[in-house]
Amino acid sequence: MGATKFTEGVVPEMKRDYIHKLASKGTRIDGRHFDEIRPLKITKGFASRAEGSALVELGNTKVLVGVKVEIGTPFPDTPNSGILTTNAELVPLASPTFEPGPPGEEAIELARVVDRGIREGHAIDLEKLVIEEGEKVWIVFIDIHVLDYDGNLFDASGIGALAALTDAVVPASKHDLGDDFKLPIQHYPVPVTFAKIGNWIVADPNLDEESIASARLTVTTNENGYINAMQKGLNGTFTYDEVKKAINMSIDIGRKIRSIIMGDSDGKEN
Amino acid sequence: MGMKSDIKLIDDNGLRIDGRLPNQLRPIKMEVGVLKRADGSAYIEWGGNKIIAAVYGPREAYPKHIQDPNKAIVRARYNMASFSVDERKKPGPDRRSVELSKVISEALESVIFTERFPRTTIDVFIEVLQADAGTRVAGITVASLALADAGIPMKDLIVGCAAGKIDGVVVLDLNKEEDNYGEADVPMAIIPRTKEIALLQMDGDMSYEELITAMDMAMEAAQEIHRMQIEALKRKYTEIEEVE
Repeated sequence: MGATKFTEGVVPEMKRDYIHKLASKGTRIDGRHFDEIRPLKITKGFASRAEGSALVELGNTKVLVGVKVEIGTPFPDTPNSGILTTNAELVPLASPTFEPGPPGEEAIELARVVDRGIREGHAIDLEKLVIEEGEKVWIVFIDIHVLDYDGNLFDASGIGALAALTDAVVPASKHDLGDDFKLPIQHYPVPVTFAKIGNWIVADPNLDEESIASARLTVTTNENGYINAMQKGLNGTFTYDEVKKAINMSIDIGRKIRSIIMGDSDGKEN
Repeated sequence: MGMKSDIKLIDDNGLRIDGRLPNQLRPIKMEVGVLKRADGSAYIEWGGNKIIAAVYGPREAYPKHIQDPNKAIVRARYNMASFSVDERKKPGPDRRSVELSKVISEALESVIFTERFPRTTIDVFIEVLQADAGTRVAGITVASLALADAGIPMKDLIVGCAAGKIDGVVVLDLNKEEDNYGEADVPMAIIPRTKEIALLQMDGDMSYEELITAMDMAMEAAQEIHRMQIEALKRKYTEIEEVE
């Protein structure tokens, strides 16, 4: 499994007490409200060799997501559909606890949770990516490159994946298949992650908060306020009320994040 | 989720393709203590699922550097037999089973008093012999019995149960066809006594109201499955008494 653990950083007991004390007063170690995410900055087109890319800075967490689009054979059971595949690499430069080597369970879970949001949210209209039915389709590779790990890779990566997809162009001309076209995006699923600290639920946990959290919940919602994916993690539990509260919060926070991804940072939906 | 088809999953009488009502579980059978070598074991048949679980430990964690001086490490391994599905599955862990093993380990750990066994591992092996959707929740349910059989102290017997949406209707415990052609699946693991949620995943497309209805259904069914677990445990230990 390797020693790559998100939560291995040692937070002294004092800091734990301090974070709990702050929470009981309704605030957080960096002064945020419980439902407030860190400053979010998205730079689309950062990696120009990729068909689409986005550098996401969520507080001090930095993730670069690249999208490559290539030609391949469709799966036999979906001859009328392009293919989506998602990978995540926790490269060692991002954290002293990340080690080189094949993806461990943390990286696999991260990739699968991001994939689930994009796939189940039908972000990409995969039916428009068929070149020749049953023979040739476009494959969309989403690759998540974690650069600086200061907590909440799920949201930084999920936001980066969606932003990179909206930036992506299908390189048809390179293959003599007509003009290049924008990757067909039809929905905008956005993940929002919560951590349980004591009996409090906070959105977008930073590394300090993540390392003392007992449980984690990621909820991915789309522009209609529908839920597309959830993933609970860590060995603590949530009460049913906490889960309901988190789902409700994820719809509101997701809406704000979506408007930033769409480049409409006034907070208006399009 | 979401494979397109013209298959009608709910008929004009509101019944599902296997004749169940929306809030009805598939038949479930459980048996405790089915393996000789393991410290604890159990077997479950849940609809078309056949799953066996074994527990080894607490035993000294090896290699030593993984030992936790404060508590036992709970390691569940979810594994599907190559012949458990229609199309042969390549043996060994794939990305799906790595993820499931992780979330199942975390869910089981939430009920185990791990601090009583520092420097040890508690290994839980879940082998899916025949799969029919809902293997992770059936796997948790049977793993919990195997842990009890191994005498591992726990807060409660954890229960797995899933609900979802098919043909626009919220239903309990999806079978294979419903999972393939339905619109959403919500696997959960619940601590029956406190009603805490130890595992929660979801994929598909559901409104907030639909999702709450689905979780309500799974929470309620968990109590019923919990009773079956207790029965299965009692059955084993009353049988032993009779032999003596």
